[in-house]
Amino acid sequence: MNAIIGKPVGRVDGRLKVTGGARYAADFQRANLAYGYCLQSSITKGRILSIDTQAAEAVPGVLGVLTYKNAPRLKKPEQSETVQDSKVSESNLLPLQDENIYYDGQHVAVVIADTFERARDTANLVKVVYTEEKPVFEIEQAINEAIPAKQSFGRKMQVKRGEPEEAFNGAEKKSDQTYTTTVYHHNPMEPHATIAEWNGEKLTLYDATQWVQGTQKAVAKLLDIPIKNVRVISHFVGGGFGCKGFLWAHPVLAAMAAKKVGRPVKIVLSRQQMFTSNGHRGRTLQQVALGANGEGKLTSVRHLTTTQTSMVEDFAEPCGMSTRLIYASPNLEMAHKLVRLNTGTPCPTRAPGEAPGTYAMEAAMDELAYQLRIDPIQLRLLNYAEVNPHDGKQWSSKNLKECYQRGAEAIGWQERKPEPGLTKEGEFLVGYGMATATYPCNRSPASARVQIFSDGHAVAASCTQDIGTGTYTIMTQIAAEALGLPVEKVEFKLGDSDLPNAPVSGGSQTAASVGSAVQAAALEAKAKIIELAIGDKKSPLSQKTKESIEVENGRLFVKDEPGRGETYAQILARNRVPKIEAECTTKVSTRETEKGEEGEKKQDSEEDKTGGCWAASSDEEIERKPYSFHSFGAQFAKVLVDPMIGKVRVVKFASVMDIGTVLNTKMAENQIRGGIIFGLGMALMEHTVFDPVRGRIVTRDLANYHVPVNADVPPIEVQFINKPDLRVSPIGARGAGEIGITGAVAAIANAVFHATGKRIRELPITPDKLI
Amino acid sequence: MKPFTFIRANEARIAMHATQQNSSGKIIAGGTNLLDLMKLEIETPEQLIDINLLPMKKIEVLPDGALRIGALVRNSDLAYHPIVRKKYVVLSEALLSGASPQLRNMATVGGNLMQRTRCPYFYDTVFPCNKRVPGSGCAAMDGYNRSHAILGTSNQCIATHPSDMCVALSALDAVVRVSGLNGERTIPVVDFHLVPGESPDKETRLEKGEIITSVEIPAVAMGTKSRYLKVRDRASYEFALASAAVVLEMNGGTIQKAKIAFGGIATKPWRASQAEQALKGARLEEAAFQSAAAAALQEAKPRKFNGFKVELAKRTLIRALKITGGVA
Ligand SMILES: Cc1cc2nc3c(=O)[nH]c(=O)nc-3n(C[C@H](O)[C@H](O)[C@H](O)COP(=O)(O)OP(=O)(O)OC[C@H]3O[C@@H](n4cnc5c(N)ncnc54)[C@H](O)[C@@H]3O)c2cc1C
Ligand code: SF4
Repeated sequence: MNAIIGKPVGRVDGRLKVTGGARYAADFQRANLAYGYCLQSSITKGRILSIDTQAAEAVPGVLGVLTYKNAPRLKKPEQSETVQDSKVSESNLLPLQDENIYYDGQHVAVVIADTFERARDTANLVKVVYTEEKPVFEIEQAINEAIPAKQSFGRKMQVKRGEPEEAFNGAEKKSDQTYTTTVYHHNPMEPHATIAEWNGEKLTLYDATQWVQGTQKAVAKLLDIPIKNVRVISHFVGGGFGCKGFLWAHPVLAAMAAKKVGRPVKIVLSRQQMFTSNGHRGRTLQQVALGANGEGKLTSVRHLTTTQTSMVEDFAEPCGMSTRLIYASPNLEMAHKLVRLNTGTPCPTRAPGEAPGTYAMEAAMDELAYQLRIDPIQLRLLNYAEVNPHDGKQWSSKNLKECYQRGAEAIGWQERKPEPGLTKEGEFLVGYGMATATYPCNRSPASARVQIFSDGHAVAASCTQDIGTGTYTIMTQIAAEALGLPVEKVEFKLGDSDLPNAPVSGGSQTAASVGSAVQAAALEAKAKIIELAIGDKKSPLSQKTKESIEVENGRLFVKDEPGRGETYAQILARNRVPKIEAECTTKVSTRETEKGEEGEKKQDSEEDKTGGCWAASSDEEIERKPYSFHSFGAQFAKVLVDPMIGKVRVVKFASVMDIGTVLNTKMAENQIRGGIIFGLGMALMEHTVFDPVRGRIVTRDLANYHVPVNADVPPIEVQFINKPDLRVSPIGARGAGEIGITGAVAAIANAVFHATGKRIRELPITPDKLI
Repeated sequence: MKPFTFIRANEARIAMHATQQNSSGKIIAGGTNLLDLMKLEIETPEQLIDINLLPMKKIEVLPDGALRIGALVRNSDLAYHPIVRKKYVVLSEALLSGASPQLRNMATVGGNLMQRTRCPYFYDTVFPCNKRVPGSGCAAMDGYNRSHAILGTSNQCIATHPSDMCVALSALDAVVRVSGLNGERTIPVVDFHLVPGESPDKETRLEKGEIITSVEIPAVAMGTKSRYLKVRDRASYEFALASAAVVLEMNGGTIQKAKIAFGGIATKPWRASQAEQALKGARLEEAAFQSAAAAALQEAKPRKFNGFKVELAKRTLIRALKITGGVA
């Protein structure tokens, strides 16, 4: 066997990326390409009174201008509550369908020209006259009209357990505070981009997307054409962080524009447009009320979130989800209210819900620990959830206590003096903070195909995405190990809607979902060749049992008689078989739904493709119903604060994660480190600001929207428990990604409190708040 | 971006002619500010005149000990020049606290002096802005003015001057040498930039057809200490919330002369003469620093979101004085 899973294999696509050979959506060269530039509204609420495109259309080189007056009518999508199939981000605002303006930055026209510069310059000649109405764009302006939020990815957003209010009132120790997080923008390095090209009835989209088949289906539905007429290609994605998950307007605009001018059309959103046209994380006001007995055992947990959505879609940041299960408390209430504002629509952003939710909850736990005068780690151990308190199920695997212990060692927790504000290093105050990290293990149905060729190399494929996370690499590893081939002999293909089905790259589910399918298909393909060899009289393996055969470096041999064997290539060549192919679908879903069903196989409306794929079937037979699937971890930060000028410097961060099998330490560490840097940004600097008068975003570029730069990032030590969770899948991986940000914000905020004695409950913690 | 023509000046006169005659001709040096502004159509020159071929790239010591820096010297070359690192620490530190290595490798001294404000409303053509479109109004006044100025403001404009380099040059009593078709003249850095007053679009004393050829910094007295301190929202690649340039001429433990300038809080690089007065003859003590800081900010006019700058600027100055004096 080639033991490859878990090895720190370098990125298989690394060379392509650093040499510029990796083609991102906007890099595709198409003959006769035209360029679309989106003109956006400059008012926040109202209507278009008139839109005059004459001057623009008269410019030589301009091919056309699309507005709501001449754009084709789109088909309104059914209100889909789940995200299994496809999802339009703004189902009540299809692009260029009418004159209504719901937010600043809404697309109002597309200018199509022979060059990008001409399209952009000409956009200034489109004269739009608006009537303006008074907008609401901050939660406080509309808080009286808050409505209960309905659901988040099929999960209830209002939950009650026991008697939380009474228990809180009767509690010996209490903490009841409101924590505020701001609006955040994803800001992946690669901007959104689409090239749309029609060939008769067939549409090809080269798109930057986290969900190739979601885009395919959603675009087909809106254009009201058969799904098979749309092909989506997305070989490389320069980050998404949630903003490339659901369908936004620009791929549809590109398709409409290409149709109109009879040429392929490319639309790339500008950095400024990336602040209005592809979602954000809504601001949250989170009241967390904790009640505990004198020793620190929680008697009541209440987590009440108010957040914001747009006028055209309901998306509520699900802050309370992790609170349901992070600690054992007999009484609990979690609720979410939603305020509709004249802003763009929020969407999943870097651990939607868990990121701001664990900030509020873990800051509240910290406050409680100081009140009780006990160690923050101790408080968490006292309230350790041995089973999932939300559904009473056992954890599929949980090693959080070890995470706390190893994290504490890594950061030097024993150096921490309990009193806040008293430890100094020169001019600086020293602070230590910690928090629990948690994220669900989402596994969804997925398919993969594996082909072994007569020259001895193999190709595995699935319509998944690599959004920079390392999908190409870990899938290559999984396939290589299952096939008994070195990594160099295996190629993995993704990002093409013609490939076998795969889910959205969101919810950190790709490793567990697609990885299982790839493994099943690889094992199936290997089994087929073994069968071929066994049945082949000319093979040295003829008449052997399947179980007696192993494969290493592409050579099949008898385990007890290693000299007896031959290679994949030899078998295929002799039998004149150009390739052996297997396609498998794994239908397991660990996603929680409204009915609270976890760990069950999903009913697939399509034909049953698992049939015959033994690895997928045995995966399905694993008993999952009694288990709850979640990852946990511990986050620790050390900060230095210059109290005089309010400067916070995170000097060390340690993170210990329990995510099941670590498929590739390099990729996994990358993921966790990136998440922690997101957390650092959220804690200390990221902040989208709306102009207080007009409601137009004023921090609309990377100079004004502050993400951490290298100089802000401390040494980050990442450790993994690395115990396989074989209830999730035969690979044992729960997936790494979003969990990195969870708890990270609170660890830093708690360290700032420990350093200064100041509890800043409104993020970000900028110098002005500390002086 | 508007279409424009491009010429390369191999003689200073060409650049002078072009900017004099062609009302919308613009000099381009490093391009790190101008090109951004052109892409956003805040600047819409019809002609770009590249001056990179002109012989203004030298750093030389003049007979009187002053340092002459050519207008095309890159920010990074200036910051790492041995004389600057030794004698004009404040300038080296100010330069290195600005932008990023890549930008500093392109940015020139002339361009840095002429760089325009980072007011987000100036950058977004949808908003009214008196600096961009005179008479259109000022969106920052009642807008999100956290980054804006508290000193030198007018009821037309409250935009901060963004440069770090200019703050240090101002504290060093540097002089800008400019050259036009009618000859040469010098303008002290402290007078080079204008407060907005009634015409925020007029930002410097540079006239049409003039170009900056060099900057001269007088020699510093023996025993002079100088430092730059910048407070910002992240550790690098970010403009100042408040910054202070401090130059102290010492006589034993006594301050003989203090030269102080602020960045990030004023509409131009801000010499704080009241603070300088307060420090004259003082010892390196907290109380003296505090009264200097209080004096410096006496006339501060904060608005809704930048009130914190008054206290932050005081603390920044106090900390900078301590660092410079070696008593931190
Ligand atoms: C992301 C970013 C971050 C930054 N951060 C900082 C910071 O923290 N601190 C800081 O101080 N600066 C910062 N800067 C600004 C940077 O310092 C300026 O962009 C740079 O100094 C401009 O120099 P340049 O040579 O590129 O000018 P150009 O862009 O070429 O020109 C700027 C202006 O100067 C004029 N000009 C240039 N040379 C002459 C001359 N010889 N005579 C007359 N006019 C001339 C041009 O016509 C133009 O109007 C930042 C810039 C960016 C893009
Ligand atoms: S502060 Fe000055 S630059 Fe900013 S909007 Fe007002 S006038 Fe324009």
